[in-house]
Amino acid sequence: MNTQTNTLKLSVARFIPAVFAAVLGVTVISITGHVQAAALHDAAHDVRHATGFPCH
Amino acid sequence: MMSRVIISALFAGALAGLIAGVLQLVFVQPVLLHAELYESGELVHFGAQAVSAHPELPGFEPVRDGLSLIFTMLTYTGYALLMIAAISIAEERGAHVDGRTGLLWGIAGFVAFHLAPGFTLAPEVPGVAAADVTARQIWWFATAGSAAVAMWLIGFGQGWTAWGVATILLLAPHIIGAPEPDTFTGPVPTEIGALFAARALGVGLAAWVLLGCFAGYFWRSEGAREARTT
Repeated sequence: MNTQTNTLKLSVARFIPAVFAAVLGVTVISITGHVQAAALHDAAHDVRHATGFPCH
Repeated sequence: MMSRVIISALFAGALAGLIAGVLQLVFVQPVLLHAELYESGELVHFGAQAVSAHPELPGFEPVRDGLSLIFTMLTYTGYALLMIAAISIAEERGAHVDGRTGLLWGIAGFVAFHLAPGFTLAPEVPGVAAADVTARQIWWFATAGSAAVAMWLIGFGQGWTAWGVATILLLAPHIIGAPEPDTFTGPVPTEIGALFAARALGVGLAAWVLLGCFAGYFWRSEGAREARTT
């Protein structure tokens, strides 16, 4: 039982960096590519078009 | 492990993003600026007079183009974080990833994040008619997400069940269809729109292939460094 719990903890711990990086990645892409706040939209306008994101 | 993931993603993303940004400024930006002359009404397609296909375009603008460069680097760093996350899980499951095999990761990423959404929501030149932006963004995320899962299933799935699910995930968003405008109102000549889409996808492929190679390379080198220091 104890060994099983430890194995489970170990495998969960291994995935924490990956999950953290994935969440951070989606957040960054959302901010640079998708948030419609005027200042962000204007600054990122050309990139959003060139990268194929829906822009306006 | 955490620092390996973050550092290799930052290096790969910033480097690929810098090259992507420069490629976009050289090959995509002039087409975008040309289209904006029609969007603003300065040039009129099929107006009273024929319009030259080679108008005077604005040159390099430090603030505007500098911001574009920064945002391209940020965007590709976001992509790199997602790719390194997937690479770390793949290695846990026994895959080997380096600069060379990174090429395949880059192609898979391009398919998931550029080609799949762009297949139905083609890269838009400024001024084109389009449906509500929120609806298109939801479709974009759903399509990129399902294509990313599909690429994983094609790469690591065992047998026809996984590949069948991958096929459905790749096809479904396009059969369902993306949000479309009610009417076409774009003032930009089709020649410019077509060139823009082709250039955007071409630069995207180059950038993603580089991102994959850099991600694989820095993932290996950061792993070796971590092994030496611990």
